[in-house]
Order: sequence, then C-alpha cells, then structure tokens
Amino acid sequence: MANVSEQIKKDISDNDVVLYMKGTPVQPMCGFSAMAVQILSHMGVKFKGVNVLEDANLRQGIKEFANWPTIPQLYVKGEFVGGCDIMREMYESGELEELMKTKSVAVSAG
Amino acid sequence: MAMDANEIERLIKATFPDAKVEIIDMAGDGDHYAATVTTAAFKGKSRVQQHQMVYAALKGSMGGALHALALTTQVPAEA
Repeated sequence: MANVSEQIKKDISDNDVVLYMKGTPVQPMCGFSAMAVQILSHMGVKFKGVNVLEDANLRQGIKEFANWPTIPQLYVKGEFVGGCDIMREMYESGELEELMKTKSVAVSAG
Repeated sequence: MAMDANEIERLIKATFPDAKVEIIDMAGDGDHYAATVTTAAFKGKSRVQQHQMVYAALKGSMGGALHALALTTQVPAEA
C-alpha cells in the first residue's frame, strides 16, 4: 500500500490537475466520472485522467489516500478538491474556476 | 447489495440528530440515491469535510452496500 500512496503523491505533484476516475476521459465507465470529465472539458482545463479500473490497488488506495470512499476524485496542484458532487456545486457557483485561477491553472472557457 | 432510503436517513440522523434529510431514489433500484443533508454540525466545515462527515455517519456503506449517493450538504439558514 505504501507504493500506491507514493505513486499517488507523485501523480498529483507531477500534474497540475489529476482526475482519478473509472474509465478514461474518452470513454468514462461510470456516470459520475463522465460528469467530472465533462465539467473539466467544458472549462477547458487540461487534466490527467487516471483509470482506477486498471489497477485494483490504486482503486482501493486512492480511497484511503483522501479518506474519500468514492470515485471520481479531483486533485488540483496536489490538493484534494472533492468528488463529482462537490465539483458540480463548485462549477455551478463559479468557485471551481476561481480555484483554478488561484492555483494558476489555465482555463480556456469563460 | 441495495440499501433502503429509511436506513440511510436513520444512520445520518443517528450522527446528526438535528439533521434535515431529503432522499430521492433516483433510479428506483434502491442503489442510486440523491440526498440533501442540512445540519448545524456542518457550520464552519469545508465541503470535503461535510461530505466526509456524512460518509462516516454511513459507517462504510458508501462505496459498498450503497453504490451511489449524490450528496448535497447545507448549513441551516438560521444556524
């Protein structure tokens, strides 16, 4: 498990925006992951999608890492932001865009 | 592996006795719910913390017996 946690730490420090999800950004395998991808794509935010279905250790490890029981999980600049409900709420209120700007992450959609 | 809406409400209220809990069975299959939880216990907590508090109240059911719970958390207007 230590390796999984180190891998996650590396992923979220090497990439500005990371979405742990079921399936891939092109082919999400779960409605919640699909919604998360849609929000980020709509905002024009570049992100790394990590498919937890390809790695059982990661699928469990990511839940323990953030003390968060569900997938998807969004990380921005190494910090856990939330799951898809929180992403949706923050997107609708404009907070998500605000967060990206605060963290100096490029957003192309206005 | 489905879970009854009343059981979800009972677990949440066991932890937050003042909570107002609204649960909608989204798919009618007892497995995909949307819940709105309003309690003064959320005051001053971040959204992540609020959701973690609800997940903790559900005692590990989330992601297990309970596959999908779309969660909205709120602090009472007068709290």
